[in-house]
Amino acid sequence: MSETPQQRVAAAIERVPYARFLGIRAELKGDELTLIMPFSQHLIGNPLLPALHGGVVGALLEVTALTQLAIASKSERFPKTVDIGIDYLRSGRPVDTYARAKVVKIGRRIANVQAEAWQGERTQPIATLHGHFMTPETEDATA
Amino acid sequence: MSDDPTSYASPGDDPLQRVRAMIQFTPQAKALGMEVTKIETARVWGLVPYREEFVGDPETGVIAGGVITTFLDTLCGTAAVAAMEHPTTVATIDLRIDYMRPATPQKSVLAEAHCYKLGRSVAFVRAVAYDDTPDNPIAHVAAAFMVNSNNGRKFGANLRTKKS
Repeated sequence: MSETPQQRVAAAIERVPYARFLGIRAELKGDELTLIMPFSQHLIGNPLLPALHGGVVGALLEVTALTQLAIASKSERFPKTVDIGIDYLRSGRPVDTYARAKVVKIGRRIANVQAEAWQGERTQPIATLHGHFMTPETEDATA
Repeated sequence: MSDDPTSYASPGDDPLQRVRAMIQFTPQAKALGMEVTKIETARVWGLVPYREEFVGDPETGVIAGGVITTFLDTLCGTAAVAAMEHPTTVATIDLRIDYMRPATPQKSVLAEAHCYKLGRSVAFVRAVAYDDTPDNPIAHVAAAFMVNSNNGRKFGANLRTKKS
């Protein structure tokens, strides 16, 4: 197979046990990744509305940010998270959720990434994330 | 324990029982195997067991950050409810997590959450996750919650097509 490193990392995320627990699938167009989290009953956090669990939406955003950063830094390893902040904008309805991330800056040691999750309409995000991650190549230098 | 999903909102129940019922009515918290072990006014302690299916880094066996996000989001929400005289629903406004170190493979992640300010509209909560003692933390969380988040929204509101 003549897979690129980007394709390999996008495929690798689907094999991570926790990504499988959430049911996450990856789609790569060029160097832009979209993660898809199909609706499943076990993702519910508020059974009355019902709404997706905020933690699960946060987890999807974090996985998207990590994977997009690995792609952008041409690394086949997933970076380590330093910190993340998640803003919840709308309750997640019991339907499929999508997420994309934008690498804002890759510094020598730390990278800054933003991510957005949406459902029916791309212009109506349900949550956004910004985070700092160890730049993959320098990870070992900080241990 | 009643099967009525609103029963946890009735005051007067034993707080630990009420919170455990909340967890049982939350499919994702149940799927994580999350437990609440102790509760005081505005403070809760809990754990999430180590499971292979939570692994985020197959090379090291370290669980994914998302497990800790979901666990701490739930525990912080629980602490907000535990601060209330008349429990109601909460929804996360924002959540910030700082990671100090990876969780130890094969060990449960423990955490304590404290709602240090309960306002009429917003509750502020801090939490720390660890696997031995709280002074060797895995992660710190600061979160804000909307109080009485289901107010005016009927059961099944998210099942209808609506303008957001």
